[in-house]
Amino acid sequence: MISLTVNNKILKLDIEPQMPLLYALRDELKLTGTKFGCGAGQCGACTVHLDGQAIRSCVTPISVVAGKNITTIEGLGGNEDHKIQIAWKEFKVPQCGYCQSGQMMSAAALLKQNSNPTEKQIESFMQGNICRCGTYKRIKAAIKSAAKNTKGIS
Amino acid sequence: MKNIENVSRRDFLKLSGITASSFMLGVNLPISKAQAHDDLAHELNFFVSIESTGEVTLVCHRSEMGQGIRTSVPQIIADELEANWSKISVVQAKADKKYGSQGTAGSASIRNYFTTIRQVGAVARDMLEQAAANIWQVNISQVQAKNHFVHHKATGQKIGFGELSKHAAKLTPPDQKDVKLKSNSDFSLIGKDVKQVDLDTIVAGKAKYAQDIQLPDMLIASIQRPPVVGGKVKSFDATEAKKIKGVVDVIQLKERPFPVNVMPLSGIAVVATNTWAALEGRKKLKIKWDHGDKQVHNSQSFKKELIEKVNQQGKTVSSKGDVYAHKYNPQNTLEATYTVPYINHAPMETPAATAMIQDDKCTVWAGTQNPQWAQGMVAQELGLKREDAHKIDFNVTLMGGAFGRKSKGDFIVEAVELAKATGRPVKVIWSREDDIQHGFYHSSAANYFKAEILDNGKVDNLISRNAYPPIGWLFNDKTKTPSDSQLSLGFADLPFDLNTLSYENHEVDSFVRPGWVRSVACINNGFALGSFVDELAVKAQVPPRKMWLDLIGSDRVVDPTEDGFKYSNYNLDPKAHPIDTKRIKNLINLISDKANVEQKLPNGQGWGISFLRSFGSFVAAATKVEVKGNKVTVLEMHTAVDCGIVITPDRVKAQMEGAMIFGLSIALMGQITVNKGIVEQSNFHDYPVTRINQVPKLFVHLVNSDAPPGGIGEPGVPPVAPSITNAIYHASKTRIRDLPVNKVFQV
Repeated sequence: MISLTVNNKILKLDIEPQMPLLYALRDELKLTGTKFGCGAGQCGACTVHLDGQAIRSCVTPISVVAGKNITTIEGLGGNEDHKIQIAWKEFKVPQCGYCQSGQMMSAAALLKQNSNPTEKQIESFMQGNICRCGTYKRIKAAIKSAAKNTKGIS
Repeated sequence: MKNIENVSRRDFLKLSGITASSFMLGVNLPISKAQAHDDLAHELNFFVSIESTGEVTLVCHRSEMGQGIRTSVPQIIADELEANWSKISVVQAKADKKYGSQGTAGSASIRNYFTTIRQVGAVARDMLEQAAANIWQVNISQVQAKNHFVHHKATGQKIGFGELSKHAAKLTPPDQKDVKLKSNSDFSLIGKDVKQVDLDTIVAGKAKYAQDIQLPDMLIASIQRPPVVGGKVKSFDATEAKKIKGVVDVIQLKERPFPVNVMPLSGIAVVATNTWAALEGRKKLKIKWDHGDKQVHNSQSFKKELIEKVNQQGKTVSSKGDVYAHKYNPQNTLEATYTVPYINHAPMETPAATAMIQDDKCTVWAGTQNPQWAQGMVAQELGLKREDAHKIDFNVTLMGGAFGRKSKGDFIVEAVELAKATGRPVKVIWSREDDIQHGFYHSSAANYFKAEILDNGKVDNLISRNAYPPIGWLFNDKTKTPSDSQLSLGFADLPFDLNTLSYENHEVDSFVRPGWVRSVACINNGFALGSFVDELAVKAQVPPRKMWLDLIGSDRVVDPTEDGFKYSNYNLDPKAHPIDTKRIKNLINLISDKANVEQKLPNGQGWGISFLRSFGSFVAAATKVEVKGNKVTVLEMHTAVDCGIVITPDRVKAQMEGAMIFGLSIALMGQITVNKGIVEQSNFHDYPVTRINQVPKLFVHLVNSDAPPGGIGEPGVPPVAPSITNAIYHASKTRIRDLPVNKVFQV
């Protein structure tokens, strides 16, 4: 039995300790907002927060996060009002939308550690998140805008 | 609505041996309705229902893969309906012939169906107007629908859509041909940015894709497929796989014959109660393969064969005059061969589908670009007659990208085969390695150009050849040449003013599954064309803009059929969608001026431009790069697009932005290689795509136009790669004729 906190709920899971967090979230907890993209930590679609830090859930065994706090896109703003989510809507970032949970989780983690990132810092932090539709220009613009926004949850 | 004679469809049907009714590309939408009933939602036709409260539900019958069609189709219907956008909700159509074509490919949704989609809204509006006219006992000409009300013109009275809906639903819909459509100047929603239908659910992480389907008692399947196309399982040992906790069964999929069509590749499936167990079980499989005939394939030597082919005279596709009677002046003659490797779609969501079979009922959930085609395949798989395909309850989810990959139904049939075998609901999920190694690739291609610059500076005596495995091979494995509609993709339709020319093609064998990848053969044809025009400009010592404009010549409509070519024009009426040289020249000038491509740049920097008309739209691209030592940095990219009437401007811009990024991936890094018939790449580390740190400043320039709408999903891609390699030449004097760039430069 592995115990962890997901989106402020304490959960107990009877699963293989080696199972990556991604599949625990999606298959066991039915939290499908976190996406599979590569299974190898290369694309960022599966990004969630571990105690506020961005991690790739597809390569993180569930045993590693036992007793820790996990936040997924479903818990990011509580009511979709995280300032990153507000900015994502303002700049109409998504096309297919599939990678955007991971993009927003990475962006939120970036702003948590650097409230006013430069363009280079955004590129550096976000380069682990692939968007095949090519929404990068808007991702950059949305992050810059969110950094300036004093409203919304951060 | 005219019925457009569809050459490619005939070719396709002939090749695939399937009947017309099973692959509907029909232009007419049957606008009829189920019988009226008195409950809350009043159906005016298959696409439009209105509740007594005034809430409107519109059906989107086309598939969403990020292009924004779930916004644009309802937007067009709502405009003709005179509905208030804030009262619209959208439901996704299941696979059903009653909606007409649902095949979402070829950037066709708007360009081929704009009028019929408008008629859907106009028919419903007419019924609401008639209902109001009946209540007021006046002729319908005395009333007018406007913003969710029908108004009495003389008295100024008005009745809301909600109140009218129950009366309207009892009326017989008028013939769609008799309903008057709005004039362009009366558009209320078309041309405006409405809120994206799926924006809120995506941002909340609640949007449902095929990977996200969850059913009680569902199994997850992961499949080890033959490494080589046409390969077979010789023997396998599942003992260790079955020991993995959660693995329920290991199932050998049935062998599939050539032609491969878009059917599954067979292999060994591990089915488990969760994804991780399925993946772990698969790792433990021991399989001996018979690789079959295609194991002889090596993409490197194959490319050399293609190059040799195009450097010889080929089979004439179309010609004017006799280039072979002409004596070229070698000093003024330019010859060049361009090559593009196999390219994979790599959508962020790998293919996934879920099937459930209970008694004699089969239900499918899939992210598919072509629901009816897939439904027919499922019916066939289950031994149903084609006319019974509608008995398959086929649900269409959002797609996490597709780019042409998800027009093929192989992964859907896999789910059905396994649901049948296990007796439980099965979700088939493809890993990234599966996606990279078992795809339908853009064909490895070679293009050759030869032309002469005459003493008066004019270019003539052009030879253009290409050679690549044709997509028709999927459906008939004897096929060695592309269909006329494939050769219409930026190949035998050049808008140039030439006296003597020859378009030629060569026969080529296929070894991996070829497939439609965003803009299809326009990728290689557009790369070769854009590069060659630039090379001509360099040789003639004129700016590329001038070379393009001189080649194009006077204002006129180009008709590729004049020289005997069966030009398909993307299945568009050439009168409504002509190759209009004035629009092309306008774009060449627009991109050159907006990007300021003739500015003086520091050493090591350069601009490149290119152009291609494709899928009924005109797109020019300009790119600025810096080459420092061995490193290429892309600094700035522009596209200018003339796609006729624009439905949702911001989504057109988004598609152009995305096309620049997609083109950047193709130009700089996109390459699938094959050795002994086996794809050598496996994930994003060795099949890299553009990342955020490689993205330059992006600009999109939209041309205002009243012309009938062209496509938008694909046309942005073809001019991008040549604009980049041309820029690299002007920055460094290094000419890239063989993609991708990262073979030569660090990117």
